[in-house]
This record gives sequence, C-alpha cells and structure tokens, in this order.
Amino acid sequence: MQARDVADAVARRSYGKLVAFLAADTRDVAAAEDALSEAFAIALAEWPVNGCPANPEAWLMTVARRKGIDGVRRRRTGEAATAQLLMVAEDQASASAEAVTDVEIPDKRLALLFACAHPAIDIDIRAPLMLQTVLGLDGKTIASAFLTSPDAMSKRLVRAKQKIRAAGIPFAIPARDELAGRLDGVLDAIYAAFAEGWSDPGGTDVARRDLTSEALFLARLVVAMLPQEPEALGMLALMLHADARRSARRSADGGYVPLADQDVSLWNAAMIEEAEALLRHASTLGRIGRYQLEAALQSAHVERHRTGRTDWTAEVQLYDALLALSGSPVVALNRALAIAEWKGSAAALEIVNALADGGRLAQYQPYWAARAALLARICAYSEAHDAYDIAIGLERDPEVRRFLQGQQANLPH
Amino acid sequence: MQYLLMLYADESGWGKMSRAEQEQGVAAYGAYTQALKTAGVWVGSNRLKDTDTATTVRLVNGKSQVLDGPYVDSKEQLGGYYLIETPTLDEALTWAARCPGAGHGTIEVRPVWGMEG
Repeated sequence: MQARDVADAVARRSYGKLVAFLAADTRDVAAAEDALSEAFAIALAEWPVNGCPANPEAWLMTVARRKGIDGVRRRRTGEAATAQLLMVAEDQASASAEAVTDVEIPDKRLALLFACAHPAIDIDIRAPLMLQTVLGLDGKTIASAFLTSPDAMSKRLVRAKQKIRAAGIPFAIPARDELAGRLDGVLDAIYAAFAEGWSDPGGTDVARRDLTSEALFLARLVVAMLPQEPEALGMLALMLHADARRSARRSADGGYVPLADQDVSLWNAAMIEEAEALLRHASTLGRIGRYQLEAALQSAHVERHRTGRTDWTAEVQLYDALLALSGSPVVALNRALAIAEWKGSAAALEIVNALADGGRLAQYQPYWAARAALLARICAYSEAHDAYDIAIGLERDPEVRRFLQGQQANLPH
Repeated sequence: MQYLLMLYADESGWGKMSRAEQEQGVAAYGAYTQALKTAGVWVGSNRLKDTDTATTVRLVNGKSQVLDGPYVDSKEQLGGYYLIETPTLDEALTWAARCPGAGHGTIEVRPVWGMEG
C-alpha cells in the first residue's frame, strides 16, 4: 500500500481515537487536532521515503505528542499503563519502520462523544462537533451538510471546543445512574447527523451521503462500547432500516420513488435482518424509548410491504407511545397519517389542521404534502392544489419537487 | 434581517428546455414564491430578461457613457432575485437551498445593508 493510502486508512480508522487520547487529560481538543494534523503532514512526507511504520497509530500519536500538547500530561501521568504505553510508542517511533509492537491505544472515543454532547454544549453544535473531533471531517464539509456558512460553522466549532476546555467538561462515560439520560444526548446528535445526510434521497450529494455513513459509523461505535443500552441498539436499528431502502428511493431514470411505491426487492435484506436482530435484543433489555419505537415502526413498514397486511391499530398505538415520549409535531403528523388508513381521511385531516396551529410544522415540506394528499382524498382539490404549492416551494431536492409537481398535476380540476 | 438571493444560471439553458419543462420550471418558482409568502419572509422578487437586453451606464470624465450588454460577461448570469427577511443567515441559506435555481445554477446570498447598519 502507498504511504498516502496507509495515512488515509489510519485517518479513517484512528483519527477519533487519537484525538480522544491526546485530549483526554488536557481537554484541549483543538490543540490535539492541530498536533495530529501536523503529525499526519509529517507522515505524508516521511512514510513514502522511510516506509510505513508497523504501528502507524502509535507513530502518529508519538509525533503528535512531541508537537507539544503534552507538557501537562507528562508531569501528571498517574496511570502506569499510559506511561508505559507512551514509552513504548516513543521507542517505536524512533526505531526503524520494521519494528513491530502490539501497542493498543486505549479507545476513549466514547468519552469524547459524551463530552461533545454534554448538556453545557449548545444542542445544535453537538453533531458537527462529533463529526469533526471523532471523524476528522473538515469544517467546510460539515457546514454544507448543515446548510450553514463555513465561516459561522467554524466559529461555532471553535467556541464549543473552548467551552469543553474552559468549563471543565469531563472526558468520561457518565456513571450508571445518569448514563441513560446523557446517552440520549449522544444518540440525538448522531441521529441529527444521520438525518441531515438522509435529506438527500438520491444520494447524489457526496457531502450528505457521506454523512449517513459517518453517522452509522458513530452509531456502531456506541453500540460496540455500550452493547446493553437498548436505545443505542434501537437507534442503530432505525438507521439500518432507513439505509436498507436507499437504492429503492430512486427509479432507473433518477426519479423520486415514495415508500409506498418502492420495489421491495431493492431493499437490502441483510441490513433489515441486522436491524430486526438489534431490535429483538433491545426488547429483552426492558427499557423502551424513542428510538426503539421508531425502529419498531420501520419494522411495521417492512412487514406491511412484504405481506401487504397492516395492523393499523398496532401502528397507531406505537405512534401514541412515541408521541407521549417525544411530544414531537412530526410524530403527531405521522400518527395522523396512520389514522387516515385506520379511520379515514376526514379524521386525519382534523388532526392535521389542529397541528397547523402550533406553527412548528409551517416550514416542514412533508406536512404540506401530507395535507395535500389528504385533501385530495376528500375531493377538496383546490385546497389540495394550494397545499401542494407550499410543499413544492419548501422542497430542496429537485427530484422530490418534480414528484410533488406530478402529484399536483394529477389532481382533477 | 433582509437578504438578497441572487440567482445565477446559464441563461441559454431556458431556450434548450422543452415547453413542458419550461412550464414545470415556472410552476416550481411560483410554488417557491408562494411558500415564501406563506412563511411571511417574502419581501420582493423578480425575474430579469436575458443579458442581451442589458445596458450599462457610467460617468467617464464627467460624461455619461452608455454601453450595450451586461457589466460582466460570465458563464452564468444574474437571472433574477428574491429579497427575503429572516432572523439569521442560516434561515436565509435554508430558503436559498429550496430555491429551484439552486438545482440549475448558483444562489448568492447577501445581507442587505439596512438602516441599523
């Protein structure tokens, strides 16, 4: 493998691990990132000449440490294991590239995730912060994905990192009694990253598409480290269910295909199976939550499309539970759509109209599309036409816009 | 705060579209304008005629100089604008991303230099 490929592979696999380890004691994430990027630059210059080190991770860590972030730690390293590890790593970096060691850098990425999603960190910057510190995504990519100016995004990231350091936010996995509550913050931030990536249904926008896979990577990381946390399992199951349908969301000519019309054979069966297994395991752990309920609803979608049968009462009950937990207007909207199938469009429209009063859905495209479809079903075509106008105006994906325009054009006049 | 959304695109693209595509395009802009108005952020908007209708004027040595054609010759031309009012740049960017023009060109978002400075 070329030196650059090795560096890329290490960056992908170990970036967050190295940042987490380097910043764990000082809590200075920005300094750790700077030191690490210098180390990567040196690696790209040295490895092609001297060959790749046997343990690239340890090599990078040692060089990054030498870049000066570690004065404090050197003085107060209490952990014998850490001290020895640093020594071994240092030896290795100075020895020839042939040297082989089994130095394992302790994985503190989960602690870093908890720091990024600490209650003292602004909720909107948590997901970007995770993507940058744990995965090494650059500010420009993150800004595009979250539709923010690169300048504003980088300022917010800098401020959040300063806060971690200055406010004394710990790099630690919370104690048992507060773990579940704090974990919700971590999961919500990971899911926010996933949802941003998901808003590009065609997967044509590389920055967005990568975001779903990065978020899946983070979800798997959390599940691997906390395999007995039912909500972490539930969230991974939810993501896998959504991702399993990725290729079915576009027709051969690139057109948008809504869930109801998707070709089931295009769904990724292995991902669905994995999701179902995760959900079954979660259900044995005896603590229900938002993500498990949402994943269960995805299971119900799969079941419906595979068998053609739906138990709408059961589905509405799941939505009831979810709504009670989250109070989210988006959940209320989806619940109304399930009720449309169960009790009819008029009943659903009553709920949808009531939701409009809150105003929180006023700029939510699916709200207007759902409203338009329900209005069409009760033959209120002119109102349906107007609602489609708003849905089309709010949509940013050209293919989805075209699909909605088609629905609007098909309304009887 | 007011933001000007300037829609840049290759103006020759319009003539290459089929009648149906043109109608769909106009309808998409109509829907977008309607969505802006419903959300209460629309201040003004217009579509501009092609740059071959442009005329520039400036004062050179105290004399008006009038020239045919656009000020800048570029691959993508200013074809229209939306003036919107949103609390922050982020909301303005969200609306810019929804503009049909973002799909076939580039939207430049600029804050208006208002009275508040």
